[in-house]
Amino acid sequence: MAPLLELEDVEARYGPVQALHGISLSVDEGQIAAVLGANGAGKTTTLRAVSGTVRRSGKLVFAGKPLGRRGPDGTARLGIAHVPEGRGTFAELTVWENLRLGAYSRRGAMRDDFARVQQYFPWLEDRRTQQAGTLSGGEQQMLALARAFMQRPRLLLLDEPSLGLAPLLVTEIFRIIRELNEHEGLTVLVVEQNAHIALQLAQTAYVLEVGRVALAGPSSELQQHESIRRSYLGY
Amino acid sequence: MIGFSRKTKVTTGASLPVIVGIVVACVFLVVGSVRSDIFAQQTVAGLSQGAIYASLALALVLIYRATEVINFAQGEMAMATTFIAYQFTLWHITFWLAFFLTLVVAFVFGAVVYAVLIRPVQHRSVIALVIITVGLFILIDGLVTWKWGADLKFMQAPFGNHVYRGGGVAFSRQDIGVLAVSILSVILLWVLFQFTKLGLAMRAAALRPAAAALVGVRVDVMLAIGWGLAAVLGAVAGIMTEASQFLQPTMMQPILLYAFAAAVLGGLESPAGAVVGGLAIGVFLNLTGQYVGFATSEVRLPIAFAVLLVVLLFKPTGLFGRKQVRRV
Repeated sequence: MAPLLELEDVEARYGPVQALHGISLSVDEGQIAAVLGANGAGKTTTLRAVSGTVRRSGKLVFAGKPLGRRGPDGTARLGIAHVPEGRGTFAELTVWENLRLGAYSRRGAMRDDFARVQQYFPWLEDRRTQQAGTLSGGEQQMLALARAFMQRPRLLLLDEPSLGLAPLLVTEIFRIIRELNEHEGLTVLVVEQNAHIALQLAQTAYVLEVGRVALAGPSSELQQHESIRRSYLGY
Repeated sequence: MIGFSRKTKVTTGASLPVIVGIVVACVFLVVGSVRSDIFAQQTVAGLSQGAIYASLALALVLIYRATEVINFAQGEMAMATTFIAYQFTLWHITFWLAFFLTLVVAFVFGAVVYAVLIRPVQHRSVIALVIITVGLFILIDGLVTWKWGADLKFMQAPFGNHVYRGGGVAFSRQDIGVLAVSILSVILLWVLFQFTKLGLAMRAAALRPAAAALVGVRVDVMLAIGWGLAAVLGAVAGIMTEASQFLQPTMMQPILLYAFAAAVLGGLESPAGAVVGGLAIGVFLNLTGQYVGFATSEVRLPIAFAVLLVVLLFKPTGLFGRKQVRRV
């Protein structure tokens, strides 16, 4: 079976600075894949290349269709939800409006989706009219996940969901991501600093080094190799 | 790498002292109107003119929120669309049909201005945008004068000259009509923004374009619609201005300045502020004109400027403005 997302030799640049020097990776339907690496390795840029928020070249295929020159809005309508760094929360809008925006690219009522979202984030119901900017960091991350889920995506791109959160919250967020994957069949490509927790979550992992894939393989294998762990993952 | 998330502390709407001030002002106007017929007449006439300032101020605020530029050509765009309404009536189209046709033309006009002139330089510099809007001002002014001439034109009055009398007070149907049409268009716009999916997407595109694109919103299209709607509001303001005076290419220039004052008084980013600011300035100017000796019609404009100056000096965020505190 062809993978849901396939990148081959993808390059990307910010003005004169080249950030990706030919990345190749693939994500199968129903899988969780992790992208790891140090600061500046190109993790975030990899996600941005997929969602079309950075100028890129190379082969990008999603569900059999080339992504081509699609911008972020076109990519979103294809069924790719990108939760960017800083979570992409509309701080000035209410929680409910944020969720409505999640469902923007779809037709039909959002009631059923909201009911499903509530199973994972029951606290949302009471906070519907609260301004999203006044939520705590952990709540905003959960709202970002909920908003992305309202998009009913085939692929979820997650950028550093653990960033700036307390360890207990990180565990909670990753538990919810795993549940969304297992119960809803959501395919996830997650970028993480925290290699330890990401390898526990993902089935496959890619380790980036200055814009190239330095290592790739099943998470279990990457976890076992002492030398790999020390030199690339830092724990 | 901890805590690099950017948090924006947001406080919207008016603070308590401002709300109290508005309530006190309203009570003052009502009590004054009950006690004095002339006061009541001047208040209603002021609200009517203020509603026009409010429409144009709201157009400025819409553009400012979407594109972060003051559209100096907003008044001239309104004037040009009013001339189009005039042209429709010359073709023996009835006033109200001409009015609605003009709104459609204005919408397209605004959206095209965005797509052709603004969008290509939007992410360059603010000064480039300012120069474009000033250039557009001059261009429209020239084109209208060339096509229709600079002499006074007269268009059929939509509300007639009827005067309502109640308890010794006379209200012109004209004032009431202008007030009703302006406020109704503001309310319709508010409903669009607050309760529809399109309105929500437009707000999202203006607030956070990058995040809006990631949920599938076509940001450019939303901004073009925003410019179109602002031009529609401007057209309403223009036609309502014409209803109370003659039609000429310079007719919207003072109105634009009052609208600036109103938008700044309201906080420049607050639609509700623009409306309250417009009404407040209209009433304030009319009442000072009636009761303050030196405030003749010649100094209406300087008084509006004084209001603008006082706001900028003592409360630059305006009545409904918000202070953004950013923790990085």
